[in-house]
Amino acid sequence: MNAPTVIFYILAACILAFGLLAVTVRKIFRAAVFLLFSLIGVAGLYFLLDYEFIGAVQIIVYVGGIVVLLIFSIFLTHGSGGQMKKPRPRRVVFGALAGTLGASLTMSFINNQQFSANDKPAVAATAGEIGGQMLSVTEHGYILPFEVVSFLLLASMIGCIVIAVKIKLPAQQMLTADTDDVPTR
Amino acid sequence: MKPLLEISLSGFASQIDAWLNAALGGGTLVVATEMVVTGVVLLGFLVVLCFFLGYMERKVAGFIEIRLGPNRVGPKGSLQIVADTVKLLMKEGITPASSDKFLFHLAPVIVVTAALLAVAPIAFAKNLQIWDLNIGLLYVSAVSSLAVIGILMAGWSSYNKYSLLGAMRSGAQIVSYELSVGLSLISIVALTGSLKISDIVMAQQDGWWIFKGHIPVLISFVIFLIASTAEINRAPFDLTEAEQELTGGYHTEYSGMKFAMFLLAEYINLFVVSAIAATIFLGGWMPFHLGHWQAFNGIMDWIPSSMWFMGKTLFVVFIIMQFRWTFPRLRIDQLLNLEWKYLLPISMVNTILVALITIMGWHF
Repeated sequence: MNAPTVIFYILAACILAFGLLAVTVRKIFRAAVFLLFSLIGVAGLYFLLDYEFIGAVQIIVYVGGIVVLLIFSIFLTHGSGGQMKKPRPRRVVFGALAGTLGASLTMSFINNQQFSANDKPAVAATAGEIGGQMLSVTEHGYILPFEVVSFLLLASMIGCIVIAVKIKLPAQQMLTADTDDVPTR
Repeated sequence: MKPLLEISLSGFASQIDAWLNAALGGGTLVVATEMVVTGVVLLGFLVVLCFFLGYMERKVAGFIEIRLGPNRVGPKGSLQIVADTVKLLMKEGITPASSDKFLFHLAPVIVVTAALLAVAPIAFAKNLQIWDLNIGLLYVSAVSSLAVIGILMAGWSSYNKYSLLGAMRSGAQIVSYELSVGLSLISIVALTGSLKISDIVMAQQDGWWIFKGHIPVLISFVIFLIASTAEINRAPFDLTEAEQELTGGYHTEYSGMKFAMFLLAEYINLFVVSAIAATIFLGGWMPFHLGHWQAFNGIMDWIPSSMWFMGKTLFVVFIIMQFRWTFPRLRIDQLLNLEWKYLLPISMVNTILVALITIMGWHF
């Protein structure tokens, strides 16, 4: 067994253990932290594969973005500090069943897939290479998905602004709006 | 002309590599030993550096406020920080009774780890770099975003209103100022065409980017200084730990060595930010050259590259320290206004300008 294999098994064990803890621990903030460690472990796998770009993006997107948002929403939730109730046994059974089924389905797909070694020369995964591929309109270019995703993001951002925007009512309207809610004394 | 130090740091490092290979016969064992040696040397260097930065901060504060600063312990007060460290070591580490113990103990570790990870790709001298990965700058901005999790964790687990408020402020601050830092880094990445730190330094062989890149690079240098000062929670953006209102913010409940770890992380972050600014805008370890003045360039080459790097880094550190003692603290709404209404639009327009300069080849 050589060093990369050992590191792989350590990382894999960490990812699985923290993933399991994230769904079983009964304090919601700790669950978020364990999820974070699991995601960092995945980033570690990418670094092990010498695919540093995806590793760094994994950290930026999941750690800097998604987990921070998760933690913020936990902070803003009322009474999120206490222990959660123990789940009912029926839910535990069905949850475990669903997890096992999903895992075995994935495993069967991976085992049935014939992975053939590619004889083409390896491409250095530099940022320039990735950016060129992303904006390329040739056969293996990714310009269409890239544009579609950015359009989707733009639409969701406009949606957020529409939801969050404060509309200033004129003074007269506000008065009537207030009196509707406030009971007369 | 040859550098002053005949035995350069990189030569020293390759000599150790040769010795270890001879003694252990190559292979994984040598790599593992070198990793441990590098880690120990780096930790020692950073701790000494933090002592120095702490001393420097007090002396700079004294200088700006027209007083002496520390002057009792050791010559010119230089051992004051050692005395403070001993004091912190002897203090009792108190854990609040109703805190989330596990997270409370974990938070300082995460903050320090994030700070240490970001040191890896920094080029300390010519050919002296721990990890020259091909996405160096992206890696630094990625791992420095880990620190916010540690701060949020510290604030939450302390079970204290002030800590939680400080942590929330810091989260909002770091997440928003990350954008400006990223955009100001992108301007240099566009000019160099690479994220690799060594490529960026080599591209400045005939002049530093701050001179070659005209006004847009100057603008992104200023934006980088402002936004990164905010990202490492230093004054005037230190409202995460604003003493007067929050009694210390997210580290209110920490004492003893756990508090010292937050302090250590703060100084390491200060060093990392200054080193990155020095590397990408001021040429890293590249000496200062002027056109075809052979004699002048020769004298500049005579100064060793590690001196150049540390000199530039400490210059940026001095600027950031001056901010702290010159500007009053911002309010939270002013802070968010500054980022979203001024810095971000300016840096977006600036990025387009830099892209134009790069495509037309207008830089020197």
